[in-house]
Amino acid sequence: MSRDVEDLNRHLLRARDAMDRAYAEPLDVRALAAVAHLSEAHFSRSFRTCFGETPHRYLQRRRVERAMFMLRETDRSVTDICFDVGFSSVGTFSRTFREIVGETPSDYRAGHGPIMAPNCVWMAGTRPVVAAGAAARSSSFGEADAPAAQ
Amino acid sequence: MITKLNVTSVKVLDQDEALDFYVNKLGLEKAQDIKQGPFRWLTVRFPGDDVEIFLEEPGPPLHDEATAAQLRELITKGAMSSLVFRSDDVRGLYEILQARGVSDFTQEPIDHGYGTDMGIRDPFGNAIRILQPAKVGQKVTA
Repeated sequence: MSRDVEDLNRHLLRARDAMDRAYAEPLDVRALAAVAHLSEAHFSRSFRTCFGETPHRYLQRRRVERAMFMLRETDRSVTDICFDVGFSSVGTFSRTFREIVGETPSDYRAGHGPIMAPNCVWMAGTRPVVAAGAAARSSSFGEADAPAAQ
Repeated sequence: MITKLNVTSVKVLDQDEALDFYVNKLGLEKAQDIKQGPFRWLTVRFPGDDVEIFLEEPGPPLHDEATAAQLRELITKGAMSSLVFRSDDVRGLYEILQARGVSDFTQEPIDHGYGTDMGIRDPFGNAIRILQPAKVGQKVTA
């Protein structure tokens, strides 16, 4: 039993790493389930059990974390950043960003400057915690189905 | 006062598999390998360095079976140990690791203000970052 859980966790971790690595690509649950060698339904259910959130929400937080970095550290436009981090619609990006961070991308940029810390600290420590009440509303990869406009 | 890090540890699922990875893939060397009953004090270090890494396998006598099972699950979630190593050529090492069969890269080499780094996982899920410190004025790309 325990060995089965360990093997499952290791496969799920590879899929999570794939999201961290390829966040800007139009990932969908089918591709991620394939990384984990699981069916789509089993993958989504197991991922949430293992990591406490849906794979879709994890990917959203990864993309928003990268967007937060780019808003702080670069002069690129909000629209460019939206597509850079893997969203295919500015409306979805803005709504998701505000839902997770609690303010708009422009307001976030105005209120935050560069952070001097290693990248692994950025990735882990600045990963946004979903705003209260929003966590349960993410269960599909809807906005990631279409190719990113890059 | 404390003057230096002497030994740290990384939790692994299998000490022999860990030894193969850290020595034959990453290029460390075996430092100590002492068995006493079910306990095995197995450490690795970089050649020429005296800081050792204990390859710690959860289980008796260090942990009861239930605790060991919890630790093993956490290891495979990537929620336990992490290590940061230094290199004088991260991009060259990236090629070498690929040639040695390492495929679990969490990040290919990327330039940052503080240097160039990449990420891999050991066979069990532990995160490893390898950093080449920056030269003055290195451009930030991520």
